[in-house]
Amino acid sequence: MTALNPAPTPHADAFVVRTQALHKRFGELIAVQHLDLEIARGEVFGLLGPNGSGKTTTIRMLCGLVLPTSGTAQVAGFDITTSAEQVRRRIGYMSQRYGLYDELTVGENLRFYASVYGLVGRARDERLAQHLDALGLTSRAKQRAGTLSGGWKQRLALACATAHEPDLVFLDEPTAGVDPAARRTFWDTIYQLAQRGTTVLVTTHYMDEAERCQRLAFLSRGALIGLGTPAEIVQQFHAKSVEDVFVMLQEKDEHFTGLYTSKPADGSVAPT
Amino acid sequence: MSRMDRLRTWTVWPMLWKEFLQLRRDRITFAMMTGLPAIQLLLFGYAIQTDVRRLPTVVVDESRTSESRALVQVLQNTDNFTVVASVPDRGVAKRWIERGAARVALVIPPEYQRNIRGGHTGVAQLLIDAADPQSSGAAISGAQLAAAARAQQLLATRLRIVPPVEIRVRPWYNPAQKSAVFIVPGIVGILLTITMTLITSTAIVRERERGTLEQLIVTPIGKVSLMLGKLVPFVLVGYVQMTVVLLLGVLFFAIPIAGSLVLLYALALVFIVASLGVGLLISTVARSQVQAMQLSFFFMLPNILLSGYIFPRAAMPEPAQWVGALLPLTYFLDILRGVLLKGVGVGDLWRQLGVLMVAAVVLFTVSVRRFSKTLD
Repeated sequence: MTALNPAPTPHADAFVVRTQALHKRFGELIAVQHLDLEIARGEVFGLLGPNGSGKTTTIRMLCGLVLPTSGTAQVAGFDITTSAEQVRRRIGYMSQRYGLYDELTVGENLRFYASVYGLVGRARDERLAQHLDALGLTSRAKQRAGTLSGGWKQRLALACATAHEPDLVFLDEPTAGVDPAARRTFWDTIYQLAQRGTTVLVTTHYMDEAERCQRLAFLSRGALIGLGTPAEIVQQFHAKSVEDVFVMLQEKDEHFTGLYTSKPADGSVAPT
Repeated sequence: MSRMDRLRTWTVWPMLWKEFLQLRRDRITFAMMTGLPAIQLLLFGYAIQTDVRRLPTVVVDESRTSESRALVQVLQNTDNFTVVASVPDRGVAKRWIERGAARVALVIPPEYQRNIRGGHTGVAQLLIDAADPQSSGAAISGAQLAAAARAQQLLATRLRIVPPVEIRVRPWYNPAQKSAVFIVPGIVGILLTITMTLITSTAIVRERERGTLEQLIVTPIGKVSLMLGKLVPFVLVGYVQMTVVLLLGVLFFAIPIAGSLVLLYALALVFIVASLGVGLLISTVARSQVQAMQLSFFFMLPNILLSGYIFPRAAMPEPAQWVGALLPLTYFLDILRGVLLKGVGVGDLWRQLGVLMVAAVVLFTVSVRRFSKTLD
């Protein structure tokens, strides 16, 4: 199977993510079904779908955390099944929970994550200083991360995930619990990242955010059911907005699972 | 491949740096690490004395003779009793015991001296508040000792004979029979157990709870570096705690260091690895920091009660001894007391070392495997 794969040619490819029939099964459950995706360099790509649609499993496979049952994918030019380590060095990951150390200061958090990616010495310190400055964190460098507000934590988490200048950064529901102003500045930062050539793959529940993505992929029960720009998606599903598409899909999913669970048990009447 | 390996081992350093910063800044963890040795020393070194001495005693001397006074004197010489009062009769003596003002009453009947002088046995009575078996045990053995001593004195003066048998007792290794000498070395073992299980498991579970563990897994850090970075700091903390307790033990409790400290520190590492295995195992089972703490305490209890830390294992019923035999601490206590008090070398500790090594290898490999799986 591996013999069929072409030799990885890092950075030469215009596509940062490329999946071929990527498939993942957990026992009976099919989490991701024969997924074919291509994400171009510098693209802001949204991965959408109701809970349990396979978004997280897809991201975890692309990060090299979970091995696919069959099929394969190349991330930043490296095969996720054979070169997971190489993949991890070229990606950044920002989780919903931010992954910050509360007892460490803003500067220390950033320094720690940069060192883990192999950045050392003066080169690191200079890059981190620039990075702090670009994200407006310089004045808070000595503040403990635990005392930051949600918006600042989010900004620091993004800084930590991108300190090593990855080819691709995964943002897993990055703006949950953040005020609208902070969300707006956050998206400005995302576009700046993309302009500098960093590909951004984002999952979200906020439809206004989904509409800011250049391209969207809709997942439902592990299968890719829609792909294109927000406008194309809306057209494809004959809907008014991306939100309508999302709600429609979710209702369809609930109906599907409801067939198995929502039948009344017997004629018993609940006591009042 | 070699480049990747280099990177992986290299990433231990940022992990260590971060871990020590966290340990220093997390107030509760820091207090537990520094405060626990002090509290344990105070509690078990000073407060808890298992050796019972100077039981408050009242005397009902109905004989009022030179013989009866001699018996009281002999009893007092054993150091197990302190005469706090002379009372007129049994009724009053009973009330003293009921009030808790006395634990023991010595009743010498009027015919005591007459019986002795007449060639009969002089009988006296010792009433003991035996609700607490440990102190009543001390009273009983003290009384028997006193009676035997007095009987011998009387026989020697009356018949001018020397006793045919005498056992001379020499308490080695702890001649003053102080419980601190027995217990303080054990505190080292208890502290290492607490640090390696409780503090380590909560620190790991905290990383999982906060999502930083997930974040670390996506970095190129590698499982080995991650685990080393997480565990090595606690080994160092454990050695610092051990040193502090030994130092304080020598300074304040006159704990002898009869054997080789180098040997003790080397053998401690085997125990530390075994205990880290337990801590890591707890971290793979516990879903939250509270659960990790509860599981650790659940593990601590048999360690404190059944390992021979305070209560001698020989006095326990057999099932309790079997449980004790499963605990790494039981063997490490033998090593601690053997090296510190008896000054024995590794040659006399092969059995304990062997068991500890097996425990360390089994516990550590099992828990590392389980922990690795949680990282996937």
